[in-house]
Amino acid sequence: MIHALALILACQLAGEILARLVALPVPGPVLGMALLFVLMLGLPRVAALIQPTGEAILRHLSLLFVPAGVGVVGHLHLLSSHGAGLALALIGSTVLALIAGAGAFVLVARLSGSVAKTEHPDA
Amino acid sequence: MRDVAEIWSYLAESPLLWLCATLIAYSFGDWCATRAGRAPLVNPVLVAVIVLAVILWVSDTSYATYFEGAQFVHFLLGPATVALAVPLWLHRATVRRALLPILAALIAGSSVAVLSALWIGQAFGLPGDLLASLAPKSTTAPVALGISESLGGSPTLTAVLVIITGMIGAIVVTPLMNALRIRDWRARGFAVGVAAHGIGTARAFQVNPQAGAFAGIGMALNAMLTAALAPWALAFFL
Repeated sequence: MIHALALILACQLAGEILARLVALPVPGPVLGMALLFVLMLGLPRVAALIQPTGEAILRHLSLLFVPAGVGVVGHLHLLSSHGAGLALALIGSTVLALIAGAGAFVLVARLSGSVAKTEHPDA
Repeated sequence: MRDVAEIWSYLAESPLLWLCATLIAYSFGDWCATRAGRAPLVNPVLVAVIVLAVILWVSDTSYATYFEGAQFVHFLLGPATVALAVPLWLHRATVRRALLPILAALIAGSSVAVLSALWIGQAFGLPGDLLASLAPKSTTAPVALGISESLGGSPTLTAVLVIITGMIGAIVVTPLMNALRIRDWRARGFAVGVAAHGIGTARAFQVNPQAGAFAGIGMALNAMLTAALAPWALAFFL
């Protein structure tokens, strides 16, 4: 547990340092994720060490954005003055992204002969 | 016996009170969501945010004071992002088997999510800092906050937009996919993971385990792609 946590934090630290060194626009933790993924692929011992701790952290992922979410109290004026635009942007882009993502998946799966094992029965 | 006001003034200034309040509010939100049969509208984060916002308002506490305590939870966003490597690693064989459709859906879903949000937002005259906060809204929260901050947006506003996006995705995905006659569970799950991150993924797991696994893969891959894509897309719209 402690070793796994230390490794996760070390990956994050390495990611933060790398992001600043190379002046990448990608957040440090994302680079840390990529680094950890490569380590897990290359070293089965690391994968076995990380898996239970990683799953424990991710099980309560949504708790972690409560503090930032409460920050909405400082943005209520923005939400009311630009509410319509924000609402339409969120709804419109989510629907379009769902159509684009699922459509591209089905199309390329058909072209590349990657078949689904099970399907939604009545759609 | 000590004066209640005296005890309050001690508690209100210590991190313990607001850390504790955050965990209790989330547990309450989770309880509400369970009672509501995990309906997408009753999101535990949304319930917790509303409860805490009301408590802060009633007790006349500033967000800065609240954050003194809540920062310990907030800090874990970074390690949690790194930990997203775990589901990606767990499903590595599945990813390899469906690599081409996954890449196509990732690029299509991710870029449409960012570009269409910026396009609609710009059409409605949203200012630049709002667009920066809006751009990463389909990404999982820890990554979205990091992207928003590096683009000059407001991470706290992004957090709320991310949650609302997740709820929209979780609500519309099933009727929309049925209307489009998309039956492949992998496509349905992957698309909702890319468009609506963890909340969409939770919804996909309720419907079908394979859809859930693909949603998790979509969420993790989209976190990486949006981080690279959002700065370019935003520069195009500003």
